[in-house]
Amino acid sequence: MKQYLLTMYQPDGDPPPPEVLGKIMREVGVIREELQAAGAWVFAGGLHPPSSATVVRLRDGKLLTTDGPFAEGKEHVGGFNVILAPDLDAALEWARKLTRATTLPIEVRPFRGNGDH
Amino acid sequence: MANPTISEIERVFRQEYGRAVAILVRTFGGIDIAEEAVQDAFTAAVQLWPSTGLPPSPVGWIITTARNRAIDRARREATRQDRHSAAMLLQSSDEGEEGMRDGRLELIFTCCHPALATGVQVALTLRLLGGLTTTEIARAFLVPEVTMAQRIVRAKAKIRDARIPYRVPSEDEFPSRIGAVLAVVYLIFNEGYDASSGDRLVRSDLCDEALRLGRLLHELIPSEPEVKGLLALILLIDSRRLARTDPNGNLVLLAEQDRALWNRDQINEGLGLARECLRSSDPGPYQIQAAINAIHCDAPTAASTDWPEILRLYTRLYALQPNPIIALNRAVALAEVEGAKAALGAVEELNFSGYYLFHAIRADLLRRLSRNTEAALAYDAAIGCANNLKEREFLIQRRQALAVTDLRS
Repeated sequence: MKQYLLTMYQPDGDPPPPEVLGKIMREVGVIREELQAAGAWVFAGGLHPPSSATVVRLRDGKLLTTDGPFAEGKEHVGGFNVILAPDLDAALEWARKLTRATTLPIEVRPFRGNGDH
Repeated sequence: MANPTISEIERVFRQEYGRAVAILVRTFGGIDIAEEAVQDAFTAAVQLWPSTGLPPSPVGWIITTARNRAIDRARREATRQDRHSAAMLLQSSDEGEEGMRDGRLELIFTCCHPALATGVQVALTLRLLGGLTTTEIARAFLVPEVTMAQRIVRAKAKIRDARIPYRVPSEDEFPSRIGAVLAVVYLIFNEGYDASSGDRLVRSDLCDEALRLGRLLHELIPSEPEVKGLLALILLIDSRRLARTDPNGNLVLLAEQDRALWNRDQINEGLGLARECLRSSDPGPYQIQAAINAIHCDAPTAASTDWPEILRLYTRLYALQPNPIIALNRAVALAEVEGAKAALGAVEELNFSGYYLFHAIRADLLRRLSRNTEAALAYDAAIGCANNLKEREFLIQRRQALAVTDLRS
């Protein structure tokens, strides 16, 4: 089995109204249960908006702490799932379920190390 | 039979490359290890075959030798690396008949996986299943060799790191996965029927490979109309393969071909499939192209070709796929229906200066309009872009014929 990071990208700005968000969260909850039942769930999390982010970096040998986010854009990482899957097709199938539920694009990336040849 | 020269050994390896790599990928679970093993087998063959002659089954020899070399390699590296994977290799080393089963369809679906960009899919399939070199693939796509090499290395790394499986997709995944495979098979056929480089116009091995893959796909999913359309298209175009070159390997244009040389069995098979496609109310691009070629194959002489129908079909095809190659082909039909002047107008609307056929077709239209000086310049441009020796010779001849006419007038 291999670990994949499923990153959810969402547009900047206000979240959907509560009735829409509530439905999405319920569906995501169901998928999480499915992941757990399949033994595919490792870890997941939703994040506060990018305005809550702080960035630490090294510049000229000095540590700087600044208001975030690291990269300004029209979209940001809204949440992620770390899952276990036998191959990319299986990982993509979970990503499709999440995309269907959230309508958000999801990037699927393999972790280094685990299960690599 | 005389013992093989190095270039003959190269040819055998090229021909059997896809089959060997596909089987070794299945055995060892990785493309790089499979390709390295086949390369090792090639080195061994170069040392051995010139004195021993070809083995009774070259492909069997290549696969067995490659498999043994890969296992030797794994044993050597096992002391410092991964004992576990070495043990797996040893276990899988003796698969017998099952291990020889054709794995090319699985591999083609890996190469054409949607997680890979289209250009990458085509390049990988040509490389792994067609056995083309990176140089040839780069030429086929008009990109620098370094770019193509990087593209292939990255794609293989992605297959390995993201673990893209070697698998024929399930029935419900098929519709979304098949388009890429069809495009790739057709490109392999085109590379065979109209070689992008080298001293041969036709590379029969690639035509046969594309035809084999086309048949395999059709066998697997006979209900998919575009699979049928592609097989019909390849069969019909390929039926003219023998007539397409003269005994010296020089190009013979469709209108000047000896139609008695056309392969009647292939035509009948292709026409049968094309007719089944015609029943579809909403034919896709391959089915339309098959219909166009069915018209050519149906005409007893070039003069009796139903060009208005061909033009209608190209117009329909262009509506589905508005790309300059189709526009160029449509212009050729337009020349037969409305004359060279109308066709030249259509050609000159296209911005396609890197492609030799653009210049060659434009040159021919200018020649027909007796605009010989411009035609000569267009032929020069075509000669400059043509990478295939036989095509270049053909164009040079045409240009010379023009100069003679020029002197007389």
